[in-house]
Amino acid sequence: MTCLPSLTDKKLGLVIDLDTCVGCQACVTACKGWNDQGYGAPLSDQEAYGEAPNGVFLNRVHSYEAQPLDAPAQIVNFPRSCLHCDDAPCVTVCPTGASYKRVEDGIVLVNEDACIGCGLCAWACPYGAREMDADAGVMKKCTLCVDRIYNENLQPIDREPACVRTCPTGARHFGDLGDPNSKVSQLVTARGGYNLMPDLGTKPTNKYLPPRLKDRQSARPDQASLLAPLLDIEAKGFAGWLDRILGKIS
Amino acid sequence: MNPAASVIIFTVFSGFGFGLLALLGFGCSGAQGWSAFFLWGLGYGFAVVGLLASVTHLGNPQRAWRAFSQWKSSWLSREGIGALTTLFCLAPAALGAIFGLPIWSVFGSIGGLLAVMTVFTTSMIYAQLQSVPRWNHACVPLMFASFMAAGGLIVLGQLGQALMGLGLLALVLIVGFWIGDRQFPARAQTIAKATGLGHMGALRLFEAGHTSENYLMREMIYVVGRKHRVKLRVIAVVLACFVPMLLIAAGQGGDIARGLGLLVHLCGACVARWLFFAEAEHVVGLYYDQR
Repeated sequence: MTCLPSLTDKKLGLVIDLDTCVGCQACVTACKGWNDQGYGAPLSDQEAYGEAPNGVFLNRVHSYEAQPLDAPAQIVNFPRSCLHCDDAPCVTVCPTGASYKRVEDGIVLVNEDACIGCGLCAWACPYGAREMDADAGVMKKCTLCVDRIYNENLQPIDREPACVRTCPTGARHFGDLGDPNSKVSQLVTARGGYNLMPDLGTKPTNKYLPPRLKDRQSARPDQASLLAPLLDIEAKGFAGWLDRILGKIS
Repeated sequence: MNPAASVIIFTVFSGFGFGLLALLGFGCSGAQGWSAFFLWGLGYGFAVVGLLASVTHLGNPQRAWRAFSQWKSSWLSREGIGALTTLFCLAPAALGAIFGLPIWSVFGSIGGLLAVMTVFTTSMIYAQLQSVPRWNHACVPLMFASFMAAGGLIVLGQLGQALMGLGLLALVLIVGFWIGDRQFPARAQTIAKATGLGHMGALRLFEAGHTSENYLMREMIYVVGRKHRVKLRVIAVVLACFVPMLLIAAGQGGDIARGLGLLVHLCGACVARWLFFAEAEHVVGLYYDQR
């Protein structure tokens, strides 16, 4: 049944640090690379070398520009993938039982052998986490690299999702968000990690850490005045005469 | 949302088919013999063609039977079960009417109720989605029910009933447009809430991260329909309600007038349903700074 478990033993998920992410797309590439060959149908591309290449990705990085009223704009790179919600609307809408949330670790998965490719789960997800594979006709989503994290053939250091393992700036963290003492939970507490679209009641497991506030010139008047005498340049000689004369015309 | 032809045919045809079957099941027609065969055949035909169209929408239609398993949580599963149960339950009533055996009319009453419930489950497939605010409202089931009633009454109702069903449908459609337009702003879902970055200033998409369209954009960010939405709304209401009303009234409820009226009504229903999908905005559009 695609009813959600009332409680999961663990809540495995990601914590994504928007302060540290540089938008290099390495996680997108690593995700696509790993999921081309492991769990389920490979993520397909259509017209990969043609006029309009497109394909399935389980992780996409957008960049946003935030424009404060009184300061220069700031760019925030924003990775977007499945949040492994506690109240995942994608699971309950599934007519076949292909979508499910695991009791043991809270990962939301698709059993591709039972998926009919109706697409309703992708419609139900507010975060755009699910994409239909045009080749296989089944729904694809982030598996939290379930075929890596428990994989004893890999070195212990590699037993984490491909996106986390590859991130060159350490902006992605993986762990049990159900355990308040885990590193990821402490990170969320320390940095004020938050949920996306919280009022939809999906209770996401993944958390986002907000960008740290940047220093501002106007906030430090003592330092702003340091250069002030030098900036107030008064022209002398011919240039000074020209400046005075032209200043009178208006 | 992407207005796929298969889903439009599914909802319009099966909605009309089950509407007609419900009225037949409730005994609104005293027809027997060949005329009963024609009426029941019309209802069954539309319902079955609609259901088959829905199967063509699937990526793996050979597994469609699995969709009957999740009735506890899934409206789509309930719809599938409801549709098949209705069709089976009404079969004795249909055979009874065709061959003049009134003892089986109890199947008609139960099947009629099941048909109404089936159309309700169809509407809930869409009305349940919080991610599509325009649909997430009680006016969607009401709209599906009004189409169901109007279609059936065109065929089986008395002149006044047919006109009333179509008039009511027009009212529900117009009120539905009015309510629907207010749903997205009412939920106050913005790019700031989607990203959680509102405290940093005014937000806009700087770079989408990928250069080509993808499944999400094709499926959920469908802007073409909204460009002509006012014109399409007028066309939908005129074709689905007003022209059939005029035709049926002018023809004094005659068979030819009803037939023509039904044809125009179904065309209007397809326009209305196309718009129902095309103008619905999904909140994932916020991540793309689009609707």
